[in-house]
Amino acid sequence: MSFAWARQYEPKNGFTKWVDEKLPLPRLVYNAVGAGYPVPRNLNYMWNFGVLAGFALLLQIVTGVILAMHYAANAEVAFASTEHIMRDVNWGWLMRYAHANGASFFFVVIYLHIFRGLFYSSYKAPREMIWLLGVVIFLLVMATAFMGYVLPWGQMSFWGAKVITGLFGAIPLVGESIQVWLLGGFAPDNAALNRFFSLHFLLPFVTAGVVILHIWALHIPGSSNPTGVEVKSESDTVPFHPYYTAKDGFGLGIFLLAYFAMVFFLPNFLGHADNYIEANPLATPANIVPEWYFWPFYAILRAFTFDFILPAKLWGVLAMFASILLWFFLPWLDKSPVRSGHYRPLFRKFFWFGLIPCILVLGYCGGAHLSPITIALSQIATAYYFLHFLVILPIISSVEKPEPLPYSITDAVLGSDKKPVLGENTTPAV
Amino acid sequence: MVRIIGILTGLVFTLAVLISFGVDTYSNLTTEAEETAEHHFHAEPLDVSFPHDGPFGKWDTAQLQRGYVVYKEVCSACHSLKYVAFRDLADLGYTEAEVQALAAEWQVPGIDPRTGETVMRAAEPTDYFPSPYPNDVAAAAANNNAIPPDLSLMTKARHGGAPYVYSLLTGYEDPATYSHDGERLLEAYPDFEVPTGLYFNPYFPNLNLAMAPPLTTTGQVTYEDGTEATIAQMSKDVSAFLSWTAEPTMDDRKQTGWPVLGFVLFATILAYLSKKQIWAAVKPAKRKH
Amino acid sequence: MAELRTEPTVGTTQETDAKDGVRRRDFIDIAALSAGGVGALAVLYPLISQMAPSEDVLAESTTDVDVSAIEPGQAIKDVFRKQPLFIRRLTDAEIAEANSTPIGALRDPETLDDRTLEGHRDLLVTMGVCTHLGCVPLGVAEGENRGDYNGYFCPCHGSHYDVAGRIRKGPAPTNLLVPEYNFTSDTVIRVG
Repeated sequence: MSFAWARQYEPKNGFTKWVDEKLPLPRLVYNAVGAGYPVPRNLNYMWNFGVLAGFALLLQIVTGVILAMHYAANAEVAFASTEHIMRDVNWGWLMRYAHANGASFFFVVIYLHIFRGLFYSSYKAPREMIWLLGVVIFLLVMATAFMGYVLPWGQMSFWGAKVITGLFGAIPLVGESIQVWLLGGFAPDNAALNRFFSLHFLLPFVTAGVVILHIWALHIPGSSNPTGVEVKSESDTVPFHPYYTAKDGFGLGIFLLAYFAMVFFLPNFLGHADNYIEANPLATPANIVPEWYFWPFYAILRAFTFDFILPAKLWGVLAMFASILLWFFLPWLDKSPVRSGHYRPLFRKFFWFGLIPCILVLGYCGGAHLSPITIALSQIATAYYFLHFLVILPIISSVEKPEPLPYSITDAVLGSDKKPVLGENTTPAV
Repeated sequence: MVRIIGILTGLVFTLAVLISFGVDTYSNLTTEAEETAEHHFHAEPLDVSFPHDGPFGKWDTAQLQRGYVVYKEVCSACHSLKYVAFRDLADLGYTEAEVQALAAEWQVPGIDPRTGETVMRAAEPTDYFPSPYPNDVAAAAANNNAIPPDLSLMTKARHGGAPYVYSLLTGYEDPATYSHDGERLLEAYPDFEVPTGLYFNPYFPNLNLAMAPPLTTTGQVTYEDGTEATIAQMSKDVSAFLSWTAEPTMDDRKQTGWPVLGFVLFATILAYLSKKQIWAAVKPAKRKH
Repeated sequence: MAELRTEPTVGTTQETDAKDGVRRRDFIDIAALSAGGVGALAVLYPLISQMAPSEDVLAESTTDVDVSAIEPGQAIKDVFRKQPLFIRRLTDAEIAEANSTPIGALRDPETLDDRTLEGHRDLLVTMGVCTHLGCVPLGVAEGENRGDYNGYFCPCHGSHYDVAGRIRKGPAPTNLLVPEYNFTSDTVIRVG
């Protein structure tokens, strides 16, 4: 679907006409990310991160396929083969640092993309499916990142694998069998390493497939925008190309500057020293922490310390999974007719002064040494996290009085004398 | 319906975590956490700088050559360097012939081509640095159950990196007189005792290190370039050498980084100008209300 | 970029149709696109060169072989750069046979002297790689088929090599390759 005024692809010569008849791939691209896709003209830079996430996925697949040419997934030699890549393979150090830091930058842009969606309520009708697919992508990327971190077979790799599969051991009755089944043994070893490698290779391509569905679903209603008011007329939109290709090109430049600065000058800053020690099943590192992008969820896991009806461990595992799975229900938990946080005074306050500090505190506590203070902080933040999404959001969406919305996107950009609409969610113009 | 279930679920999780919070806080308030000596008297690595530090840093090959001598004469008695090959020494500024000669000074396990028996033979450039012990069990048995770690990646495998290695080598102290932040160890913890076979070193996480002070006297090794081999000098040189063994490609990385960043900056500026002029057609000055 | 200038004006727009302005705008877009293209090409370099032999592979490039135990008429197999290496000590009769072969009858004309070292004319060192498609010829071990010319015989496609490792019959285009080697002592050769 697209807007009536969307430009149509016109093959210019015999060859493109022939291709268009046999396989209209250029037409598809033209309509997806070309001049044939009308996009609200008022998108801000927060709308850059979808394209950047796609770029990061491509980057990880390219560097990952190359690393797989040199890496050996065997517990005896995995660590040594990683060092072989770093020392002997031509540009191997670059490939590995690009892949390791690429994972971090992938999560940076994914998180910013998600925060954009949360603040502007991009998950609301008619875009629920885009959001649901996005959560699926996030889960896939998390699983891929976790398994990738195991591959170098350092101390953190090994103990991370042990601790995370140990989570499944919390499930009553069948937990331990599941853990043994996941690992193919009683502790992480060759069987686990090989299956993690296999899945680590597979899942990015599954992710790429879901990304295509995500973009497909996006093109049904079209992009949302910072006002949350739907597109009404042609003057509300500009063609994706050249306007947003140019803007995304600039955004990509900024992304690459930050990324290369890390890869070339601080390649181990986001890593952990213990992972340069080969896996040793007989000695646990002093402080097992996952990579930074898992810290908030790790803090939620560690926050539950008391056997309240269920064992504390089970609470932690349930809460950690619930903290992400609850995102699947967001479109139905938040019933406010207004999308954008700009026009929702109460929502805005809870977002900036509740949710953001809460996530930051969780992130800090998840990465810090366990101490009474960090545990207490993560407990309060975990409580707020669940209250925010499951209690506060449904309630404020009923009691909040939204601010007046601009009549249209064009009016929001240009200013208008037309009467603003109070909290009305206009349907898209077709 | 979703919202009612959601609110109930949210309240259940909140209740569970707040009960944990309450129980923890109560127990923290009623029981005093015991401060440990390692928490209190552990010292952060010294502030020492190396020529290869920072985005413009480069290896000082003279220093690395001196560090190699320290590793060979001292550290290699107990510590392996298994990810480094003799051919890598060419990075330190040695010629091919010199590398061959340096390698030949080491004995590595080989196979007698006639009998197939294991024999020791002179190393070749393609060989890796040999381990001083045939296996971990032998290493542990020879060292009071503490296996001397491989040093190839040591400066990357410890928080604090090369300054940590330097601090550890120069930081052995007498616990009887040791004080930190103006507080004497034995005054705060009169029962503090260094276990038999261990050595007091405040830079080590638990203060007691299984390694005896390895560098003890000035002139313990002889430097060919005439530098005086003080303990501080040897420690610094070997720390630099171990930075190199941990990442021999560091120079390449930094030297590639600058042109890459410069080019991306240039391309980004062009992308910005291009974006600006493309949008100039539709980005009007905002009309005042 | 052409459509840029024909862009239907949306809202209030600033129209800049002065000719110089158009040229400058095009120039910036082309420069930005070219910079992206150059960057993408530059990235290809490490992506491609990572597949070339790594440093440890390049370093393993010499092999020492003790040849003292090879009796005349015998041959041994060793490994050089992960490929088979044939070392054969020729009998006097074989040397005579090789030298008596008319050079004109050879597909790849080389004398035995071209293929052995001064003072060690009886020692023939060749790669054990058939020059046709890379199979390992037979003829090293006792009892193996040595082909019609008493040298080496490649069973894959029937190439026959003579006692000097020269191609005599079959599809192979050239003689078995003689690698670079020298004697480091009376009994040991270093290949590579």
